[in-house]
Amino acid sequence: MGRELYRAIVDGILYGGVYALMAVGLTLIFGVLDIINIAQGILVVLAAYLSYVLSVHLHLELFLGLLITIPVMFLVGVAIQVLFMRRLRGRERTSMSLLASYAVMIIIEGILYLAFGPDYVQLNASYVTSSVHVLGFYLPYIYLYGFGLAVALVAALYLMLYRTTFGRSLRATMQDQTAARLVGIDINRVAALAFGIGVAVTAVGGMVFGATNAFNPNSGYDLISRLLAIIILGGMGSIGGALAAALFMSVTEAIVDIWSPTWSVVVFYAALVVVLTFRPQGLFGHREARAQ
Amino acid sequence: MSQDIGQPAGARRWRAGGARLSRETRGGIAAVLLLLIAIIFPLVITDQVATQIGVDTMLFVAATVAWNLFSGFTGYISLGAAVFFGTGAYTVGIAAQDWHITGNMEFALLPLAALAAGVVAVPFGLIALRVRRHTFVVITIAIFFIFQLMAFNLHITGGSVGISAPFLTWAPETFNIPFYYMALALAAGVAVLSWLIRGSRFGLQLRAIRDDEDRARGLGVRALRVKLVAFVISGVVIGLVGALWFFFIGQVLPQYGFDPLFDLSVALMAFFGGFGTLWGPILGALILEPGQQYLTLQVSNSYASELIWGSLFLLVILFLPRGVVPMAGEKAMAWRARRERRRAGQPAAARPASAGTADAALPGRPTGASTPGGRSTR
Repeated sequence: MGRELYRAIVDGILYGGVYALMAVGLTLIFGVLDIINIAQGILVVLAAYLSYVLSVHLHLELFLGLLITIPVMFLVGVAIQVLFMRRLRGRERTSMSLLASYAVMIIIEGILYLAFGPDYVQLNASYVTSSVHVLGFYLPYIYLYGFGLAVALVAALYLMLYRTTFGRSLRATMQDQTAARLVGIDINRVAALAFGIGVAVTAVGGMVFGATNAFNPNSGYDLISRLLAIIILGGMGSIGGALAAALFMSVTEAIVDIWSPTWSVVVFYAALVVVLTFRPQGLFGHREARAQ
Repeated sequence: MSQDIGQPAGARRWRAGGARLSRETRGGIAAVLLLLIAIIFPLVITDQVATQIGVDTMLFVAATVAWNLFSGFTGYISLGAAVFFGTGAYTVGIAAQDWHITGNMEFALLPLAALAAGVVAVPFGLIALRVRRHTFVVITIAIFFIFQLMAFNLHITGGSVGISAPFLTWAPETFNIPFYYMALALAAGVAVLSWLIRGSRFGLQLRAIRDDEDRARGLGVRALRVKLVAFVISGVVIGLVGALWFFFIGQVLPQYGFDPLFDLSVALMAFFGGFGTLWGPILGALILEPGQQYLTLQVSNSYASELIWGSLFLLVILFLPRGVVPMAGEKAMAWRARRERRRAGQPAAARPASAGTADAALPGRPTGASTPGGRSTR
């Protein structure tokens, strides 16, 4: 029993790292733009398919492929922001952006179905199937690499946010758009870049997700509902909260999975409902200011 | 927001100019005409495909109006309507199975579906209605997924095999007709209910919450209770829709009973027609549901129709964010106002006043402070 529990905790942490990365992208977009990007889940799947095409048809190494998929996903994100999200105005903007990104999700899903069909595929490489023996656990290399990459990228995002001028203007925009505009920040540019960065991280998330799970165009629903649960639990717009919530959710799920695989996912959402009953603003969130 | 509270100046001028019938009378006449057409429809067009689309459409009218009754009036966008739909369907399914109910007796179970949906709506509402805006939307999605997962995993729901409805020994040629009239009755009933609520003190409280919840509380509206009552009413109706749909289709599977696309379709239809209005959800469902069914019939590739559907949805949100009905109304008023001015011999110089119903602030109405690009939201 004890061994299984440790094993579940280790698995949970390793996998939680990847979820954390995807969720940080989502919470960044929310924090800067006040937009919930429902399409984040299907964008992860899109990135996974991109990696799939690169590795199957061009025989490109998965990690090398990231050099292509990250910029591509960044551009996809910028395009979504500039073409659709920027046009939304008015008081119902947040709600409308939810629906708009939901529509984007359906469109991408349709395109993926047309291009790849409903069959499940999985990314393949030597390190996906082989494992390393650490402290009595067999850990698949892909989990280790994925976790390492996720940690490195989250650290990079953190440094960018807190150590660069762009990061400062980004945080300023998160705090108060009008004030940020008054001190000379180009809000449109910051918004487009933030959306691009938030989506670019799905390239890595998608690659690791695609290597550890079989996926098809329908996989986006499950992903987005988990990601939403994570950022809500952590507190909308809080990057530290997203990290903590991703690890918490992932470890909880892995532990419950020992007893009942079918109920582990329900526990995930039930935890969310319980937390929100006592802390409506999430674990690390602040209470909403009075609506204007 | 509503058209009756803040009439654009052009409309007032027009009505004073030469309208013979009041707005309510015209609305009533339109409603009676629409109802007559709906009653006659299956008698004239007896094609089974057409009547089947008719049943689906009426079910969606009822669901969309019910959704709008809560979400449209209060501004709390729920993407968890399928929770009630599935609850209604599964409740009557499980009851019919356990109590060995067969044939036409199944319809006696409908009140049970309403009751179950109402019972589910109370805790759902108590948890979700404590938060606002996007957090509310996301919690409705999370609760929706809990229900879908339970339907997949619980023993009594039959897992991924689902549940079958009692067999109806009706002739296939006329099978759709009773369902059509039941769905129509439900749709008409909830439309009338929606109209009654909108004109009542309760409806005013709901709209006060939509405009400014904190101020409404300050003025003595018991916000949580009012929201919860609307949420439960909306859930009960959608539960009935789910039960009727289940009897009609004859089977419920977890992915169709708790279908994320249902959540979305209902919201889309309401937004397309006009979020928070009386006519918007009715017309939205009447236009979009047959449209979608037709699309599915024409485009044999269901993925392509999904693509078209998503694109249409996006276009509606980008270009008709307040829906067809309010936008068409404004266009018509602007046109009438222009015509009237021309008739009065005025130069068309006052153009901003006629076009300025949406994006420019009307004189004398304070705009909401300084939100970037903000417009006067009524």
